[in-house]
Amino acid sequence: MTALRTSTAPNTSGVPRKRRPRGVRTSVIAWIFLAPFAIVFLTYTAIPALAAIGFSLTDLQGRDLRNPFNVDFIAIDNYVRLFADARFIRDIGNTLLFVVVGVPLTMALGFALALALNSGIRRLRGVFRTIFFAPVVTNIVAIALIWQYAFNNDGTVNNVLANLGFAGPNWLDDTNTAMPIVILLGIWRNFGTAMLLFLAGLQAVPEDVQEAAALDGAGWWSRLWHITLPLLLPTILLISVLLTVFYLQVFDEPYLLTDGGPLGSTESVALYTYKQFGFGNYGISSAASVVTLVLVAVVSVVQFRLLRPRT
Amino acid sequence: MTATIERLPDVASETHIAAGPRPRRVPVVLLYVALALFAVATLLPFFWVISGSLRSLDEIRADPGAWLPTAPTLDNFARLFSKENFAGYLFNSVAVAIMVVLGNILAAAAAGYALGKLHFAGKKLAFAAVMASLMVPFTAVFVPQFVVTVNLGLIDTLAGIALPSLALPISIFIMRQYASSIPDELLEAARMDGAGEFRLFFTIFLPLSGPAVATVTIMSFLNSWNNFIWPLIVAQSSSTYTLPVGLAATSQASANVTDYGLVLAGAIVVMLPVLVLFLFLQRYFVQGIAASGLK
Repeated sequence: MTALRTSTAPNTSGVPRKRRPRGVRTSVIAWIFLAPFAIVFLTYTAIPALAAIGFSLTDLQGRDLRNPFNVDFIAIDNYVRLFADARFIRDIGNTLLFVVVGVPLTMALGFALALALNSGIRRLRGVFRTIFFAPVVTNIVAIALIWQYAFNNDGTVNNVLANLGFAGPNWLDDTNTAMPIVILLGIWRNFGTAMLLFLAGLQAVPEDVQEAAALDGAGWWSRLWHITLPLLLPTILLISVLLTVFYLQVFDEPYLLTDGGPLGSTESVALYTYKQFGFGNYGISSAASVVTLVLVAVVSVVQFRLLRPRT
Repeated sequence: MTATIERLPDVASETHIAAGPRPRRVPVVLLYVALALFAVATLLPFFWVISGSLRSLDEIRADPGAWLPTAPTLDNFARLFSKENFAGYLFNSVAVAIMVVLGNILAAAAAGYALGKLHFAGKKLAFAAVMASLMVPFTAVFVPQFVVTVNLGLIDTLAGIALPSLALPISIFIMRQYASSIPDELLEAARMDGAGEFRLFFTIFLPLSGPAVATVTIMSFLNSWNNFIWPLIVAQSSSTYTLPVGLAATSQASANVTDYGLVLAGAIVVMLPVLVLFLFLQRYFVQGIAASGLK
């Protein structure tokens, strides 16, 4: 074995050690391989994440762009202002509403479709899956504009309602209906991912357990509740965390469909962050983004706590 | 036993082992009806966009809510490329996508090889960085990213749009998983013949990693093509707009004239390339999304 190791590292520069048989040379080579990722990671993820926290403690403005270090340290003033801003509190509420309504509905839909596609039907299975997955890959700007066209006051949706004898609301301009439509778009574009992950999870549920339970007289619901769901628990947790993290950052749907309106009823934290950025209030914007960062970090930590014993 | 184990040539690669006949409460016909209804509901927006893009401005003004064009016309598509700058947006989107795809193939293959096949100091740290960047929300970092881009002099450039996406964590994750699955013996044999790691990478690893490269290509193309908020921030003049940003701008500009036909035709131009790729290469999309979701 030792002979083999020396022959794989014919260089003399690296000191061969027992613990890391490939030595310093391999480490250098490995980091050369990793360099492109490392550079992009440092400039566009690691440093910005730290900088966001730093910016949030300063009065950074749009005019300081070329001199981001020439700013005043104002400690937690931005956070104080943020949480005193009724708009921000409202937007946190909107974002949580998006999560609380969107996550269960997206998961229920994805799970129902995965069960249906996994129930032994053979014909058209691939076709259905393709159709249900298509929204996931569809461009959100395009789709949002189509929804605007359809949910317009005199659009195709209200056209149908009118033919049925109902007067539909001005969906996207009505504080009662705008949020449901925005959430619906989020669900439309994400249930395919949930379905796909549930399908993968369902196919790992052993068939013989199911059949043994069926022979013992367990009905469909009973097997679903006592066998399938417990075995799917890791998948359920995973999807719920993925969707929660995704919906906590929701931006595209409200920005494109309503721009946060009417009367701010659909404005999310991400949209607030973006708008403050647009006003040049980089300090406030960074503070708002740190709030998102903390929320996402908390969810991720909870995820690892829940998933670790199983994996 | 009469258990029929069928391996169907499914659209995607995964095979489903169907269990033998079991008692089911829901009759199969009802299941199909429900699935079909839901499929129709899912596809409605695609129907609306095709129908709406073929309607003229006058027609939409006269009857905005009609479901079918009375006199179908391709005039909206013609206007996208004659009156609007969609040719330019298309060029920009393609240019950014090429940069992003090539960058991801190279960066991810190299990083994936290192993470999956080499033992080196700092490996755990590097892998933690990949996982961390999968989780860092974009909303949390875009302000500093913007400041970085301004100070690199790359604001309002295509390179500035592409740069943050050149080494996506999901690409590296996919390549790393693939590299781990390649048997060490293949590499050891070449190492014993005295080949260095760079030669191993180019002559053994890369030629073997076709499927993973395909998945990375698809995923990074999808990411680049559909990316919206970052190009929206970086592109400050219409000469650097990518298709989604150009489409959003067109829609805002035509909001008071409700020129929906033009906007919907633009929507088709934006979404068609990905949907066509998806229909033919669904397997890679599914693998990519499953990989990004499953870890």
